[in-house]
Amino acid sequence: MTRETVTVYVDGKPVSVGAGESAAAAALHAGLSYTRTSPVTDEKRAPYCMMGVCFECLMVIDGVPSRQACMVKVAAGMRIERQIGARELG
Amino acid sequence: MNETAEAVVIGGGVVGSAIAYGLARRGVKPLVLDEGDDAIRSSRVNFGLVWLLGKGDGMPAYGFWTRRSADLWPEFARELKDFTGVETHYVKSGGVSYCLGEAEYGTRTEIITRMREQAENDPYEARMIDRGELIDLMPRVKFGPEVLGASYGPHDGHVSPLNLLHALHAGMKRHGAAYRPLTPALEVRPLAAGGFEIRTPKGIIATPKVVLAAGHGINPLERQLGFDVEVLAERGQILVTERMAPIGLLPANGVRQTAEGTFLIGTTNEEVGYDTSTTPRAGAAMVRRAIRVIPALAHARIVRTWAGLRTLTKDECPVYEESSQYPGAFLATCHSGVTLAAIHASDLADAICEGRLGANIEPFHSRRLKDQ
Repeated sequence: MTRETVTVYVDGKPVSVGAGESAAAAALHAGLSYTRTSPVTDEKRAPYCMMGVCFECLMVIDGVPSRQACMVKVAAGMRIERQIGARELG
Repeated sequence: MNETAEAVVIGGGVVGSAIAYGLARRGVKPLVLDEGDDAIRSSRVNFGLVWLLGKGDGMPAYGFWTRRSADLWPEFARELKDFTGVETHYVKSGGVSYCLGEAEYGTRTEIITRMREQAENDPYEARMIDRGELIDLMPRVKFGPEVLGASYGPHDGHVSPLNLLHALHAGMKRHGAAYRPLTPALEVRPLAAGGFEIRTPKGIIATPKVVLAAGHGINPLERQLGFDVEVLAERGQILVTERMAPIGLLPANGVRQTAEGTFLIGTTNEEVGYDTSTTPRAGAAMVRRAIRVIPALAHARIVRTWAGLRTLTKDECPVYEESSQYPGAFLATCHSGVTLAAIHASDLADAICEGRLGANIEPFHSRRLKDQ
């Protein structure tokens, strides 16, 4: 059985993942051992619940910070990046 | 199981816990009866301000009571941290109320002047500051063009309400109080020989002293102890953003940044009974105003919203009293359990301990509500 795939960029590195997967799944597939650091404790964090509840998987997706990567479906060319610490209000 | 206790505090929220902490610290080991996570618990949904302004309009004693609590707060926070290890994140930062446009600035000036003049010694020491002074106080915050200034209260501050409740629970237990969650008081029976029997689903507790500090749980029980105080519910909604880098923001009624970086945006004053739903209309209005104050907040992501129910008396001031019919029974209720936690743990707990609410507490008797 073949599956349709798309290419996304996880921290700049191209990764081919199944269409319909989540950005969090793509990050794990790309081998990221952590996907953000806590703005409170600086600890490394990774996707945990994969169903939109725990907010551990916050990442910068297509330039937008603090998105729940497990709730975002991949799209061709999507840029998925680690979120380090607290973002600036600007 | 039947048992006895030196004192029973009904209510394990921030009011009951502060009193229980104070009693336990003085060696009276209370038993604290509490409901579970499904309780209407204002202690866990509030904004976390330690706030003077607006407290005691028409009742100067409340202004002074609040000021004394604000004065006690720094040492109280240190004591809780040292004794329990729990950091409450209390900061006496000073607080502001923003004025958008001339009309708001004018109204605010009138309120500040009235509050200052109604008591002989102004407990608030608040003043109006203009936009320039506001920017000097918060140089990293970019205010919207409509912000003309604010009222500034030097004694105001903020705290994590959840950490405060955690610290009070840890502290009262360490001082020897017993805490019983999921054990609501179902009935409070004064005994002919003095003292009380309290019925819970788990048994009966006999005690010479009972403190009713159950917030919205007061109304169903108070008449059994000879009290008649109406505790009203007022809904307040809050939105919270993702955690962001600190911007050096002083706390305000409508927006504050917590120690952990989230912005809390509030609030509403709604009379809707015990309905704790949130509404998109209120959320939109709160966000619109917050963005007029700090336009960059438009880029912050909102991650949660909730509503809580304030516990108010008719005049919005606290009630503390001992039952004239059943001595040994005390009632305590207020809107500002966080602000007043420090004085509840000291002056109020002292008075309850001694069994005599003195001249400093006398003005808070509910008879004033009957006169109105």
